[in-house]
Amino acid sequence: MSLRTPLGRVRGLGSAKHGLDHWWHQRLTALALIPLGLWLIASFVAQIGNDHDAFKAWLGTPGRSVGMCLFLFAAFYHMKLGLQVVIEDYIHTRWINMTLLIFTTFVCVLLGTASIFAVLKLAFGG
Amino acid sequence: MAQVERPLSPHIQIYKPQISSVLSILHRMTGVALGVGTLLLTWWLTAAAYGVAAFTHAQGFMASWFGQLLLLGFTFAFFYHLSNGIRHLFWDMGKGFALETMNKTGWLVVIAAFALTALAWVMGYSMGGGT
Repeated sequence: MSLRTPLGRVRGLGSAKHGLDHWWHQRLTALALIPLGLWLIASFVAQIGNDHDAFKAWLGTPGRSVGMCLFLFAAFYHMKLGLQVVIEDYIHTRWINMTLLIFTTFVCVLLGTASIFAVLKLAFGG
Repeated sequence: MAQVERPLSPHIQIYKPQISSVLSILHRMTGVALGVGTLLLTWWLTAAAYGVAAFTHAQGFMASWFGQLLLLGFTFAFFYHLSNGIRHLFWDMGKGFALETMNKTGWLVVIAAFALTALAWVMGYSMGGGT
């Protein structure tokens, strides 16, 4: 027998059952970002002072393009999940909370799409 | 919702800062800072996709004193978040919760973050950066 009132059930309140996925995906992306992030920093260091041609030639190999896209996907997904937790913890006014959650999600998708597109354009020689 | 005035338990302004609490909030702060840093990363990559002029402009900004200061901050935030993130992953596996271990790994994270930041910048400057 359920102790929930019919009204509560109709409103569909309660756990959305998405908590575990959020937690797990944050850890998965964290794990992926350990090697990818270290590789990225090392690459940044190596790219200091390089001009456009040299940078394009460096990034243009299939391995590096794929590595960069993987980093960007994992990083922006990790960022979306992390910012969501911070907002949910500290912003208690409902409409500000929702606005920030929507805004940060859009920003992550926008930056992620733009940067991955940039890598692909450089790789395919646009 | 009606707000009822109830006594509050002591909060962060009462407690003395400890290594555990300071590193915990620093993990969140560096995470948010790195989120801001992705703007710079996206600018750099899209500038490269736009062409020589845009890329040269972006590279010029990174080489300016303000760009260097930002990059230094982001480098530290990155290495701190990375090191402390690994510490978090061990906690997720149920390891390293003893108070003494927590304090030890906490200081290890601080040392690693400074050391790796210094290493990256020494390597950067010795490999032709800052010219």
